[in-house]
Amino acid sequence: MASTTYPPGGPAVSATAGAVGARARAGARAEVNPQIAATQTGIWVCVCAIFMCFAAFVSALVVREGTGADWQRLVLPRVLYFNTLILLASSYTLGVCSRRFAAAVRQHAPDGYAQFPRALPWLYATIFLGAIFIFGQWLAWRTLSAEGLYLATNPSSSFFYVLTAMHGLHVLGGMAGLIYAARRLGRGVVSAQVSALGAASTYWHFMGVLWVFLFLVMAMRL
Amino acid sequence: MHDMSAQPAVHHHAPPQGFIRKYVFSLDHKVIGLQYIGLALVAVFLGMVLSWLMRIHLGWASFAIPGLDKISPNGAPGGLITPEYYLSLMTMHGTIMVFFVLTNAPFAGFGNYFLPIQIGAEDMAFPRFNMMSFWTTFVAFIVLIAAFFVGDGPPLAGWTSYAPLSSVGGDAGPGQAMGQTLWAVSIGLFCIGQLLGSLNFIATTLDLRTKGMKLSRMPLSTWAWFITACIGLLAFADLLPACILLILDRTAGTSFFTPANLVVSDKLQPHSGGSPLLWQHLFWFFGHPEVYIAIVPGFGIISHILPVFARKPLLGGTRVMIGSMIALGFLSYMVWGHHMFLSGMNPFSAILFSVPTLIITIPSTIAVLMWTGSVYGAKMRFTTPCLFCLGFISVFISGGISGFFLAQPSIDIFLHATYFVVAHFHFVMAVAAIFGIFAGIYFWAPKMFGRMMNETLGKWHFWLTFIGVYCIFMPMHYLGLAGNVRRYSAFTADYLVPLIPVHKFITIAALLTGAAQFIFLYNLIHTRYWGPKAPDNPWEATSLEWSTTSPPPFDNFGGKHPVVYQDPYEYGVEGPQDYVMQTTPGKIAGA
Repeated sequence: MASTTYPPGGPAVSATAGAVGARARAGARAEVNPQIAATQTGIWVCVCAIFMCFAAFVSALVVREGTGADWQRLVLPRVLYFNTLILLASSYTLGVCSRRFAAAVRQHAPDGYAQFPRALPWLYATIFLGAIFIFGQWLAWRTLSAEGLYLATNPSSSFFYVLTAMHGLHVLGGMAGLIYAARRLGRGVVSAQVSALGAASTYWHFMGVLWVFLFLVMAMRL
Repeated sequence: MHDMSAQPAVHHHAPPQGFIRKYVFSLDHKVIGLQYIGLALVAVFLGMVLSWLMRIHLGWASFAIPGLDKISPNGAPGGLITPEYYLSLMTMHGTIMVFFVLTNAPFAGFGNYFLPIQIGAEDMAFPRFNMMSFWTTFVAFIVLIAAFFVGDGPPLAGWTSYAPLSSVGGDAGPGQAMGQTLWAVSIGLFCIGQLLGSLNFIATTLDLRTKGMKLSRMPLSTWAWFITACIGLLAFADLLPACILLILDRTAGTSFFTPANLVVSDKLQPHSGGSPLLWQHLFWFFGHPEVYIAIVPGFGIISHILPVFARKPLLGGTRVMIGSMIALGFLSYMVWGHHMFLSGMNPFSAILFSVPTLIITIPSTIAVLMWTGSVYGAKMRFTTPCLFCLGFISVFISGGISGFFLAQPSIDIFLHATYFVVAHFHFVMAVAAIFGIFAGIYFWAPKMFGRMMNETLGKWHFWLTFIGVYCIFMPMHYLGLAGNVRRYSAFTADYLVPLIPVHKFITIAALLTGAAQFIFLYNLIHTRYWGPKAPDNPWEATSLEWSTTSPPPFDNFGGKHPVVYQDPYEYGVEGPQDYVMQTTPGKIAGA
């Protein structure tokens, strides 16, 4: 482990260049900065917990559908297909950002300061697409409420609002993470940039996967 | 002898200076651990007082409790507890104890303080999340306690808050309006706090271990906290959605849990087709793992402490205990339905839940045999923490055995709503976990406070508590077998009247045992400020927390990271001293 200083408050610790995204790619485990490794583990643990949350919601949906005689199918607003494409596109732009960052970060010392002007615009694009997605979800709510379907109207509309709202909240959290990463990429220590962008992108890609799962569940069940 | 070499710094934060940053909004895992333990201490005495009120009412139903009418004019007019207020007390007792004591102290409290030290880290992986975790839990506690002071008082649906009683609002009884909503909000917040905590525990254990600290060299207490964090991560991620849906049923008019055509207090409830059983499934899918969140840290603490005072390693080795704890964690997710045998479930599903429940006895029995086998033939040092370890084993066996009966659906149908179940879960979960907490506090107080606790007072505390809990909970088995239903506030049916003297005995035992806890409180406070100074390693123990000063410095090891060379429990070895620290280099003779 090179370029390490103690005590706390000293210069930042080493980072293995290009460790964005996967610890395995970074080679031997001992080469990975423990804080970056912990952040990656933490974000995966976070992903597990969030998935468990939505697994609980979805199993509640399945049980509730089979219980009462009051389940009325609803037609999902068409804007959801557009929103899905937007979210998938945002994963693509984030992937471009990560690749450009990974290519550039190799030329910097892990404890040095650096800026990544070629990667940043793609990150901004991702955040912008995230905002469009949220706006699109709001349009979907408007469509349903215009049909007279509110939160308490019937169980399928209840689940629609609950699932989209919970997912939307998590997407907003992901946007906060991306904004944090963008600020880091603008000015900061390389190891912290690797850590922030890696965590934010793992989370963001998961938001896309989760949305596709929820969308399929809603398309089949609601 | 403590070889310390320079290892990478993980955290850049310097020791804080101001009072607020140091003791209130602290990022230091040790302060946060003590905050959790402090919160648990406040909660446990509050919960105990609530149980006193219930017990007094059960023994002497016509006795007016002085001053209670001032606190709750509606719930206890003239000091006499109404049946509804009895249920409120029961709900708050259960909720406070299960969440804010049995989860907070052994897992979040000790885990926060000692997990990073035992793996040689400076702090948790995410100190800010750690701080948020405690303060979210604190707010959850305040929200719950606020239920005592809102208009219609605390909720009465029990700590399980079964729907539709919990989901229809004020028509269901006093406390079911604002009080029940506060309950659901509080528990939702609590889930968020514990999720943040579990996240921290897992990442810290996996990634911040010091050089040489292989997973197999981690102390069993750290293993237990790690496994508990894995259980908690899934359990609280299940309860949080349940609480959200419950809040929506109560405030937004949805019908997740509230069935159609439900008439409560002569009023047709405006809900359609919800499933009360859905709440039970969601709740117990959390609720059974929650039992293990309370007890697995106890397993770890006992397994960590017992070898120190038996002066020999755990019989069978650490790997078997780790395997047992992992098996417990895994099985805890397969058995939630055994809480629902009486819900009208299909008898075939009941068998599916009964079999894994009985299989749980295998890892539990392995653990118990390992502890008792380790004690057998050992030159025991009977200190207070050692006594509490032995007490833990005793109450865990006593409570576990009644589990055999309850795991079988046909027997459970008779026993489920009786005091037999009250006795079972208090022994195996509550008292056992509390004994684990006591063992931990007496054992680690020298490290946490830098001062030794008083042994004489400690032994008085142990024996009074140990005898006391048996006097309280052993007779409850017989009450249950005699058909004494639980959750009733008074026993007026003909067949229950002859049992009232037993209740009086239990009440007296509960009051005395509770009073004995003030010995502990005095001992703790006195030790904290005026106790004799503790050496770095008073118990001659081997793990990393004993290789640093008492109390540890801000970064735990004074600017260095320890290097680990040994397994965690090298006791009874040949040499000038009968133990080898984990930080001692070299091969052990005869190993």
